[in-house]
Amino acid sequence: MSDKIKIAVVGSGPGGISAAAHAAELGVPHVLLEATPKHSDTIQKYQKGKHVMAEPNVLPLRSPVPFEQGTREAILDAWEHSLSQHQVNVRYQARVQAITGSKGDFTLTLANGEQVAAEHVILGIGVQGNPRKLGVDGDEAPFIQYQLDDPDEFKGETIVVVGAGDAAIENVLALARNNQVHIVNRRDEFARAKEGNLAAISSAISGGEVQCFYSTNVVRVDEGDFDGKPGRIVLATPSGEAEVAVDRIICRLGAIPQRDLVESFGIEFPNADPNALPVLSTRYESNVEGMYVIGALGGYPLIKQAMNQGYEVVEYILGNSIKPADHPLLEAKFEVLPYALEVDEVLELLQERIPIFSQVNPLVFRELMLDSNVVVPEPGEVIFTKNDYTNTFFTILDGSVEIEVSEDLVIESGQGNFFGEMSLLSGRRRSATVRAGPFCVLIETPRRTMNKLVNSVDAVKRVLDETFILRTIQQRFAPGVPLEELRPIAKAAKMNQFRPGEVIFEEGDKADALHLIRSGSVTVAKTFDNREIPMAYVAAGNYVGEMGLLGNSDRSATVRATVKTESISLDSATFLDLLQKSPELLERMRDDVKLRTQQNVRLQADASAGDMLSFLMQQGLGEATDVLLIDKELCVGCDNCEVACAETHHGTSRLNRSAGAVFAHIHVPTSCRHCEDPHCMKDCPPDAIKRSPGGEVFIQDNCIGCGNCEQNCPYGVIQMSYRPPKKPGIWSWLLFGAGPGPGQAYDKGEVPRGPDEQKKAVKCDMCKDLAGGPACVRACPTGAALRLSPEAFVDLVSSR
Amino acid sequence: MYQSFITYRGGRWFWVALLLCAVSIGLYVWHDLPQPPGGGTWLGYTLGTIGALLILWLTYLGRRKRNYASNLGSVQGWTSAHVYLGTSLIIIATLHAGFQFGWNVHTLAYVLMLLVILSGFFGVWAYLRYPEILTDNTGGKTRDDLFREVAEIDKQLLRQAAPLGAEMETAVASSVERTQIGGGVIAQLRARDDSRVVLPGQGLVANSEQKPILDLVVEQLSQTSHREQAAILREMSNLIGARARLLQRIRRDVQIQGLLRVWLYFHVPLAFACVAALLVHVISVFVYW
Ligand SMILES: Cc1cc2nc3c(=O)[nH]c(=O)nc-3n(C[C@H](O)[C@H](O)[C@H](O)COP(=O)(O)OP(=O)(O)OC[C@H]3O[C@@H](n4cnc5c(N)ncnc54)[C@H](O)[C@@H]3O)c2cc1C
Ligand code: SF4
Ligand code: SF4
Repeated sequence: MSDKIKIAVVGSGPGGISAAAHAAELGVPHVLLEATPKHSDTIQKYQKGKHVMAEPNVLPLRSPVPFEQGTREAILDAWEHSLSQHQVNVRYQARVQAITGSKGDFTLTLANGEQVAAEHVILGIGVQGNPRKLGVDGDEAPFIQYQLDDPDEFKGETIVVVGAGDAAIENVLALARNNQVHIVNRRDEFARAKEGNLAAISSAISGGEVQCFYSTNVVRVDEGDFDGKPGRIVLATPSGEAEVAVDRIICRLGAIPQRDLVESFGIEFPNADPNALPVLSTRYESNVEGMYVIGALGGYPLIKQAMNQGYEVVEYILGNSIKPADHPLLEAKFEVLPYALEVDEVLELLQERIPIFSQVNPLVFRELMLDSNVVVPEPGEVIFTKNDYTNTFFTILDGSVEIEVSEDLVIESGQGNFFGEMSLLSGRRRSATVRAGPFCVLIETPRRTMNKLVNSVDAVKRVLDETFILRTIQQRFAPGVPLEELRPIAKAAKMNQFRPGEVIFEEGDKADALHLIRSGSVTVAKTFDNREIPMAYVAAGNYVGEMGLLGNSDRSATVRATVKTESISLDSATFLDLLQKSPELLERMRDDVKLRTQQNVRLQADASAGDMLSFLMQQGLGEATDVLLIDKELCVGCDNCEVACAETHHGTSRLNRSAGAVFAHIHVPTSCRHCEDPHCMKDCPPDAIKRSPGGEVFIQDNCIGCGNCEQNCPYGVIQMSYRPPKKPGIWSWLLFGAGPGPGQAYDKGEVPRGPDEQKKAVKCDMCKDLAGGPACVRACPTGAALRLSPEAFVDLVSSR
Repeated sequence: MYQSFITYRGGRWFWVALLLCAVSIGLYVWHDLPQPPGGGTWLGYTLGTIGALLILWLTYLGRRKRNYASNLGSVQGWTSAHVYLGTSLIIIATLHAGFQFGWNVHTLAYVLMLLVILSGFFGVWAYLRYPEILTDNTGGKTRDDLFREVAEIDKQLLRQAAPLGAEMETAVASSVERTQIGGGVIAQLRARDDSRVVLPGQGLVANSEQKPILDLVVEQLSQTSHREQAAILREMSNLIGARARLLQRIRRDVQIQGLLRVWLYFHVPLAFACVAALLVHVISVFVYW
């Protein structure tokens, strides 16, 4: 065991480097432990030449290590230089596998068995996770690697790739061009792979370019000389043991989530949600005293935040109480408030006054306030309008607001209350118009920040869910009944979650409950000749299953979730209670039922309508709010739609007209559907993806080009692209042949591009900035291209 | 829900065009002038002005189509109006001329205009008829999909031919290599299979619809007594059949996409020629006035 050190920093990402460098410049005994042979593994893995952005721009940098936007290479060089300039004591290939002990006496155990003793530990290990190892004898052999940067680096080798996911397949396909490649798949098919990869690997295997071992496990890896190769892999195949002499083994078995490792250090997470963050104090200290968490692991997804925290945490360990770098930002934010209080006091006051935030830990709350806005509206000012698609969350700090759900339901809400949770949770349009009352002060929190909070603080989630149920029941079923009276009914209601395709209830079942769809959507289907034929599509905000309850009979149809769906269910007893409280409900529901039955009859007439509806749902349109559909009977393939898209959006078309599935002349081209709960928004570090009041999901200019959204969108509609320069006007093209003409792109290589240019995510924004609406639709000469909302699907399928 | 440009907004432009024609005819029949009918009467001037403006506006569709951010109607609406108002020109221009034709620039402009309209009719017909054929032909797949399927079969064929001896291998490889799709405009529109193949003892010969290579494989199949070889050959004959059908579809796809475009190569230049002739016509009329 070596001498005890004051601060051990684990992980040399931007957070870790900044912490270690600050400790070094203060002369504090420290060590920086990095698992890989180079610092900043996450950034090393960015694509070559990537332009790294220094978001958020307003946040000042506070670190001895420099950082400003520039290429990946320039930044890595600067950090390298800074590490040696500050004489940081850094140890590479020192993966920390275990941490034991307590404040003042921690022991860190490295992968090679060595131990390091330290008084304090700073964890800055990011969220990339560590690659899963083979877990067999010999899995430390030097020819085994867990990553492939440049497949063209290897030629004429025998390579075994272990794994069956997209990463494995992509590596295999790239390597197979110049090498003899085998792939080892534990199962008998490639079930986890994307469609395109699946097709490509199947064809490579059947074409004999790649040899696949199905249902095979790795037994061990031997080092030595095997037919002139440095090693050998031994496999257990269904037909017995097999051996392959190899130059290289590449393991793509996925990553072990950092959470498992971090929990093994004793750090607690608030719940099992994979998005949950460890609980930290305002000084980044975890529940393990003396162990601090910074950077992405603590929920701060950007480089500058990580670096600032690295600096601050060292100060805190040394017992200095400095103000965080974001202090001035909060100060500016609170300026509009009528209180003469310090930032920290304001934060405390806010938590006191707003019950839903009272349980939140102060660090998380501070972060929340950094993302939020303080709004002081004029009395009578509209905060948001019914049917808008905005999805921020509001809390009332002072004064009151008037919530107008409908003409007969206007609610006044006062200090400490919140509103806007309905759209936040369901992803659907606003269900009310909200106006400011006198002396109103509001806090507006973005959707992403709220979701983060909901995922990590159970108490907040519970309150939001309960309120959501209560308010929904009031809105949908009993507008005349005060909330207090509805509370017992809401208590009896249940929340249900359904996977895509899961049955909510089946035809012939006893009708026992009504489901109000909170998010997602469902299809209602009937069975004819042993075939289930969908007859209706029901979007979030509506209910299903009322027919059975009213008639107290069996289910007359099967209801299935089209996408991930949540419902609130009321059993028949509770429902009868509700009917008693709100007798006019019966009348309204009867009307609804009548309407629904009429619609069913219309669709029943032909099964092809049902098939069409099934097709649309298979294309994932169950979660769409607005989708481009092309009628193949009208489309002449002129691509004017694509050209129009490119011409109105900096030269890159956001739709691919010829791609996508076709059924009975309806074609779903590859283009954004503006999902009700957009997958692309989930994991955007600078929160650059927004939804406008009209429902358009669009990407702002502060995109850092990380590509997360491109991966997260299940419909492949986001591209990473450069922005070509402005083209010469149409007349100079027409008369003088200058530049590419309308609808033509610059040739590759011809495009002038500055050093600061970088790829950013681009996608359809439904031409929200064009007065006439979507250019694709307006440019179609034959009327083949239309944008439809799901409400129009029933008309679409029955009009054919 | 979907509307073609013919039925756009209940055929609004059809009625406009009809009205325009009806009024023109009415005026023509009703007007009673000292001179014989023709371009020189007040009615002739009126109709001529309307016709000339219409021609200019019709030509402007080419520009409007490229005004992608324009908010001035939709391109579909413009197309609909283009078709109907363009057609009405036949009547308006004829009445304007008062049925006076001769070997001069005036009649040239008139004839050019008719040719433009005629080529336009073909366009309308193609736009209404071909999209459906296009989709039915490819079953909703893209041409790239079909090419991928062909490439896939190619790979399998080459692999299967390898153990069947050098002659078979050459034949199959050459049939793959010398498969011909498209080519010049004429070849694209004809959609004939100009593929070739090297057959044993015959050298390079035509491989129309892949029949010769299929015959070769079938011939071999009938001669072999080796079970495994027979299985391979049978599989190959299936693949060649499937491949031929795919190629046929691709050719048909190329053909129809070609037909959907080729008329524009007449329509647009003729339209420019027509505008030029119109200009000469107008100027000469004013000069000789
Ligand atoms: C493609 C992409 C592009 C991005 N672009 C930008 C951008 O332009 N601007 C921006 O601000 N942010 C960007 N980000 C986000 C940014 O990379 C992260 O926020 C940042 O790297 C987080 O820093 P960190 O110090 O918390 O962790 P990381 O940078 O992830 O560093 C963690 C380090 O710890 C090491 N480590 C892990 N486990 C162990 C262990 N057990 N023992 C020892 N060491 C360990 C790792 O090897 C790694 O070096 C991008 C992210 C991605 C994926
Ligand atoms: S980009 Fe993808 S995930 Fe995002 S809204 Fe569009 S279709 Fe949905
Ligand atoms: S918009 Fe997409 S690429 Fe850009 S920062 Fe967000 S997730 Fe990354």
